[in-house]
Amino acid sequence: METVLTTHFADERYRRVDRYLELGGYEALRKALSGPKERIVDEVKKANLRGRGGAGFPAGVKWGFLPKDLSRPRVLVINADEGEPGTFKDRQIMARAPHLLLEGIAIASYAMTIHLSYIYIRGEFVREAKIVEEAVAEAYAKGFFGKNILGSGFDLDVYVHRGAGAYICGEETSLINSLEGKRGWPRIKPPFPASVGAFGLPTIVNNVETIADVPWIVTHGGEKFASLGVEKNGGTRLIGVSGPVNRPGVYELSAGVLLRDIIYTHAGGLKDGKALKAVIPGGSSTPVLRPDEIDVTYDIESMGKIGTMPGSGGVIVIAEGTCMVRALSVLMNFYAHESCGQCTPCREGTGWLAKVMGRIENGQGREGDLELVLDVCDNMMGRTICPLADAAVMPAQSFIWKFREEFERHIKDQKCPFGNRF
Amino acid sequence: MPTFVINGMSATVADGMTILEAAKQLGIEIPHYCYHPKLSIAGNCRMCLVEVEKFPKLQISCNTVVTEGMVVRTDTEKVRKAVTGVLELMLIHHPIDCPICDQAGECGLQSYYMKFGLHKSRFPLEDKVHKKKVQDIGGQIVLDAERCILCSRCVRFLREVTGTCEMEFFDRSDHSEISIFPGRPLSNNYTGNLADICPVGALTSKDFRFKCRVWFLKTANSICTGCANGCNVYADFKGDILYRLRPRQNDAVNKTWMCDFGRLEYRKANEDRLLTPVIREGGKPIAAAWESVMYTTAMKFKDAAEAHGPESTAVIASPQSSNEELFLVRKLAKEILKTPYTGFSFRAPGDQTFDDFLIRADKNPNSLGAQLLGFSEEGFDRTLKAVSEGKIRALLVFGNVLADLTEGEIVSLLSKVPFVANVGTNDGAVPRAAHAVLPQASFAERGGTFTNYAGRVQRFQPGFRPRGKARAGIEIVSELANRMGAAWAFAGEASVFQALSASEEPFAGLSYESLGEQGRPAGGAK
Repeated sequence: METVLTTHFADERYRRVDRYLELGGYEALRKALSGPKERIVDEVKKANLRGRGGAGFPAGVKWGFLPKDLSRPRVLVINADEGEPGTFKDRQIMARAPHLLLEGIAIASYAMTIHLSYIYIRGEFVREAKIVEEAVAEAYAKGFFGKNILGSGFDLDVYVHRGAGAYICGEETSLINSLEGKRGWPRIKPPFPASVGAFGLPTIVNNVETIADVPWIVTHGGEKFASLGVEKNGGTRLIGVSGPVNRPGVYELSAGVLLRDIIYTHAGGLKDGKALKAVIPGGSSTPVLRPDEIDVTYDIESMGKIGTMPGSGGVIVIAEGTCMVRALSVLMNFYAHESCGQCTPCREGTGWLAKVMGRIENGQGREGDLELVLDVCDNMMGRTICPLADAAVMPAQSFIWKFREEFERHIKDQKCPFGNRF
Repeated sequence: MPTFVINGMSATVADGMTILEAAKQLGIEIPHYCYHPKLSIAGNCRMCLVEVEKFPKLQISCNTVVTEGMVVRTDTEKVRKAVTGVLELMLIHHPIDCPICDQAGECGLQSYYMKFGLHKSRFPLEDKVHKKKVQDIGGQIVLDAERCILCSRCVRFLREVTGTCEMEFFDRSDHSEISIFPGRPLSNNYTGNLADICPVGALTSKDFRFKCRVWFLKTANSICTGCANGCNVYADFKGDILYRLRPRQNDAVNKTWMCDFGRLEYRKANEDRLLTPVIREGGKPIAAAWESVMYTTAMKFKDAAEAHGPESTAVIASPQSSNEELFLVRKLAKEILKTPYTGFSFRAPGDQTFDDFLIRADKNPNSLGAQLLGFSEEGFDRTLKAVSEGKIRALLVFGNVLADLTEGEIVSLLSKVPFVANVGTNDGAVPRAAHAVLPQASFAERGGTFTNYAGRVQRFQPGFRPRGKARAGIEIVSELANRMGAAWAFAGEASVFQALSASEEPFAGLSYESLGEQGRPAGGAK
């Protein structure tokens, strides 16, 4: 199968600009700069490129939200705050092919008449940040960034900004606040970042993978990119498989791939021949699936039909013998820890869910606890500024809906049947 | 001017108005905590959720602008469940220490719980997150982090109104709390407002703490007497004790704020009051009946005028007096005493702090009123000169100070006058030296109007009957005048104001009623 991003991942030297150039790097930028900006936006629209950060918003449409007048400078912010549990794809791009991202930034900035770009990298990604910083320096040295890029008259400055380790800063508006040196709190919308974003300027925030796809689209055309995927889900996507599988890792696959094939073919099936118990298909926030639900293609629409989503492409495989109550409890602790504390339902609700899950797992569950959890979920869902509350609610609801017996048994027996104790 | 439908009722509202503001205007209550009319929109308390047609999710009404044809419902089961749900979440870690909380009775959590909650707690006591209580964070404020619902009003106030940014959020999730930075207490002159804008008992006033349950308090609409700005206030009292002043909204004067100095002005109505008429004979004060003080005062003035001419009498007015009082004082001086010696001074002893927001250097509420009614600083200086030269035989002084003179200077000046009468509310150098003290009702005990530095004429209303034997200023002046031969028949401050606006050009066209609760600019049709 044709690959867009991972083609040279195995090449240790690919992260250096010289090797990248040898393999045809920055030709797409040269091509882009020689043509009209509108053509690039058109190609991205034709490519059916959907945002790879989790929400799946069409990238070309997002770019179109920038105000038409150019009186205020605009900003492109790359969201490299990859923090969704189970997701580790952007990290691979930054570590193995940073120039794909940088070339994408240059092209996208040119297409949107942007002269200032920030790469916001998750605080924990120390190594990746170093690699990207080195790559940025190389790009400046080669004239791909800076003044008068490749003689085109186009200027672009790119800065790497390190996060401080908050999950919430992956949400685009809190990322912008964090970038401005403020507390990482999501902003109320409207106004949307495209009109009032970083430093009050019109701002586009794109995921690393989304932007890294752009050079290929410019080189091969939007239609070619679209044809790699399925309807409305153009191109390939990086899918990270984790859990007790034989070959965990990141795979570049078409969105038309079956979830079953991701697990059993690409990731080599479960270790020790264990049976599959559940799959969290697109990062920890996405509703869990039972083994009988995995014959579904990995595109946004098909996954939506069965009440879940491919999200940020992090497939978490759960094998038999795993306690679902404990699994959910771990997730709930994560969200309770990461809620920014701004909106009441999320600030108080995530902690409540974590506490109830903890006591059920610890054999202290009470009758009515599951109804309580579902009711609290109902009071959180869709009630907050950003989707963090939803992100906590979706696994909580789906775990209980789909594995209710296991939860009830914990409460009835006043212990974990798998012997887990916190 | 979009037209929209709310709870089935069609209404047209101003452009750019949010659903919450529009509903408020239409008398529909949407519960809220973080929204404040004079602060930016935070949208984080999530109490003001409403249903808007064509929006799949409930919307926060504080940040949703009304558009043409919008259909809003605030009364559906879905909204009610959402509001109840948010309230429950707000309360799970709350200490529910209402019995010892000063906010009880005017607490947003209490009122909405009674309206929207009434649920039993589903949250175990032992799971509550505990935070620091009783923290002195500086200024007039005590912080109880446990009671806080993290609405961010205080943080926004300090960022947007004072610009001093002393408070911030610390930590995350259900351990989030507001606080000051270590070792950096509140340092601005508007800290008292934090207790007002805090919808719960997290930020309470050090001064008012544990003084009185708010449901025992009654309120009068008043004007702060602390400086010439004339901030509109609520004067909260119980019996004949004034407990606190809180800002009352007037966008033309103080928006919804007041300063920390003004907030403590209420003490003047309680402390060091002159409550009984006094005659001083041979340097010894003797408590007297009104009748004898009035008689003595009128007689002394008449005697002085008859023996030494009207220029042997003098009147020093006070910028602490109301327009009505000043009008009658001038009438007394010009028409009855016919003295050339009248004046007032806006100078005052003590701190003259001022800023470019609400605090004026002139620490009197009615200096401009005194000027507009014909009293001058120059007249004051002239009068004082005559006093020091021993030309004055009978002197009527309003207020307990003479400009910014020290007590020693005042005593030596007044010793040159055979008879000094003082009308005032509080003890001080002048009443201590006066031969007759005529105790006057405080601003909480009498009504009237002040003209603020910008020329806005504003009413203040009496809260309770004058304490002790004090009497309203216009009564005292009227009776003195009548005893000296006038035949005034004013019935209360409204009738005085009527006479005042009929004869005084700057007040032309104003009536006591037309001033309303927000006041009106003086200067006629200007």
